[in-house]
Amino acid sequence: MHTGIVSPKGVWWVKAPKAERIWVMIAFAWCMVLFAMMPLWHYRGGQNPSGIRHKVDPEAYEARTLEFVEQYRVGEESGIAVVAPPPGSDIYMLGKMWQWIPVLKLQAGVSYTLHLSSSDVNHGFNLFPPNINFQVVPGYDYALRITPNEPGDYKVVCNEFCGIGHHLMLGRIIVEEGPVVAAGGIQ
Amino acid sequence: MNTTVAALAARFRTCPTTGLRVNSTAEHLIRLNAVFAILAMVAGVIAAFGLVLTRWQAVHLLEAVWYYRLLTVHGVSMLIFFIIFFEMAVLYFAGPVLLNSRVPMPKLAWAAFILMAVGAVMVEVQMWTGKADVLFTSYPPLRAHPNYYLGIIFFAVGALVVVGLFFASLVVAKREETYGGSVPLVTYGAIAAAVIAVITLLHGAAIYVPTWTWAMGWTAMPDPQVYRLIWWGLGHSSQQINVAAMVAVWYLLGALTVGAVVLNEKISRAAFFLYVLFISMASAHHLLVDPGFGSGWKIWNTSYAMYLAVLASMIHGFTVPAGIEVGQRLRGFTKGMFEWLRKAPWGDPGFSAMILSIIIFGFIGGITGVTFGTEQINIIAHNTLRVPGHFHATVVAGTALAFMGVTYYVIPLVFQKQVAFWPLARIQPYLFGGGMVLFTMSMTFAGTFGVPRRHYDISFTGAPFDIQYNAAVDLLLGIMGIGGLIAATAVVLYILIAVWSVFFGKPMPQAATAGE
Repeated sequence: MHTGIVSPKGVWWVKAPKAERIWVMIAFAWCMVLFAMMPLWHYRGGQNPSGIRHKVDPEAYEARTLEFVEQYRVGEESGIAVVAPPPGSDIYMLGKMWQWIPVLKLQAGVSYTLHLSSSDVNHGFNLFPPNINFQVVPGYDYALRITPNEPGDYKVVCNEFCGIGHHLMLGRIIVEEGPVVAAGGIQ
Repeated sequence: MNTTVAALAARFRTCPTTGLRVNSTAEHLIRLNAVFAILAMVAGVIAAFGLVLTRWQAVHLLEAVWYYRLLTVHGVSMLIFFIIFFEMAVLYFAGPVLLNSRVPMPKLAWAAFILMAVGAVMVEVQMWTGKADVLFTSYPPLRAHPNYYLGIIFFAVGALVVVGLFFASLVVAKREETYGGSVPLVTYGAIAAAVIAVITLLHGAAIYVPTWTWAMGWTAMPDPQVYRLIWWGLGHSSQQINVAAMVAVWYLLGALTVGAVVLNEKISRAAFFLYVLFISMASAHHLLVDPGFGSGWKIWNTSYAMYLAVLASMIHGFTVPAGIEVGQRLRGFTKGMFEWLRKAPWGDPGFSAMILSIIIFGFIGGITGVTFGTEQINIIAHNTLRVPGHFHATVVAGTALAFMGVTYYVIPLVFQKQVAFWPLARIQPYLFGGGMVLFTMSMTFAGTFGVPRRHYDISFTGAPFDIQYNAAVDLLLGIMGIGGLIAATAVVLYILIAVWSVFFGKPMPQAATAGE
């Protein structure tokens, strides 16, 4: 028996004590369970961040968002446009120092494709209160298929540091009663 | 033994505490790296007080600009400078000292140290003067002053040279037959850490060099998503250096404090080898909700690869305590199931730091980390306070606490001084560990309510809309503040004890007569 600061002499590639072998087997088996659950839950769990991903020019994305805002604009809140897009449409949210543009007015039980990107630095999309988070990276369009399942007043916190005004960056998504309220959530 | 070796032998001294011989170049470099690690820690802990007192929403001390500035200072000073300077000292200890050998090319070793020191000073200057308010991750298009990136490049190159010298010292020791048999397990663990360090530092070069040339205006900006991918090859892999070094320090402290034995060399070494093979891929879990990567890539890198690295930690989590038990039983504590545990040296800060490090790293850090590494759970954890809650349990309460514990042995072994303020030193690991448990658990729970990390003001004063977090969040942030203050105070005690012992401490008895 020797300590870890002594050079072991001779052959040390020998069978481990029984207790140690049992522990290694238990640990290995548990790791394999975790390993199997990763792909299994991806296919069976229905909780994946399965976005449609594209590269996009940041300026082009901003232009597309502003076009979308003009098209479906219904008002303004705290200086940010409020937009009510038609059910099933592609909807856009732009992270830009230090605003989420626009405020979205959606209907419960209706599916949308929510595009997220930035025209300057990295931002973090954090939906409050359900606590759902996505990284928003300039140059990449992260399109998420969503179905809001509960009417309510949701906020979008920026949770990636984006400069001195980071903590002022707060957006809003309003979900109103839809035609039929279906079970679901983010799909 | 040839004459060169015999001549070199004169440069060694024998440490009265452990009987290990200390090479003078190695000794000086261990000292200087330790001193610089402590200096970085001073910067880091000053920032820590500011951060804790600001995120404790009821206190909310700093202005926004200083909150973000100190957040950058805290991350870089602690996670890069403190920990890597300390690890350089660990490498000089695990190579030249443990193998009774020498530092090959001492001039290069000094040059590497100077490069690291210059780099660290450059970066600190940029951060404190507000020219690098980009946080630890410095994701472009956020841009710091070019000297910030250049300082990090200098530091990384210096560290890479030290790692190379460590490998060279192994070759020299083998050739000069300064030890018989295989390298000790602690050295093997340090080798694992050094291999991971090479992988890590190459990622660092691959991303900081183009970022620096961009900041100079010579090249285009790195793609933000590619930056995140390669940067995390540095940012997370460097934590794996810390894990491997920490586990090596567990074995070291076990040996020094209670004569812990290695149950089976094969199992413990195989576990270190698993870190080398698989742990770098675990970096992918930082990118689980990023747009740039597909599900297949995310699942592969965070399941198969990560879980084999987790297996390694689970093995060490058994073999280290089991080795302590067997060591204690060999010392005569054989009564019943737990006499070995009851009669353990709980008042020895080296021992208590090791045990607390094992427990907090494994049960809080390990479990939270494996949980977030899941594709679906990451959606509710990414960039919330759960993330710093996790890594303060791994790298702070785990690695930093283990390093504090080994410091109480470095002081008599390398600095030849008695540890000052011994009654304080005895409680310091408990204060730090206890503070960190409060801090990390309350951060983790606050994060489950969606409270963001790296955020100045969750009351959103001045924002266009309003948010009311769950009432429990205020309580949790209060506990976080108290735990953080306790832990930061324990860091101040640690610095005080270490600095006082080294500069004003009583010399070890017999130190004058030892060696030469």
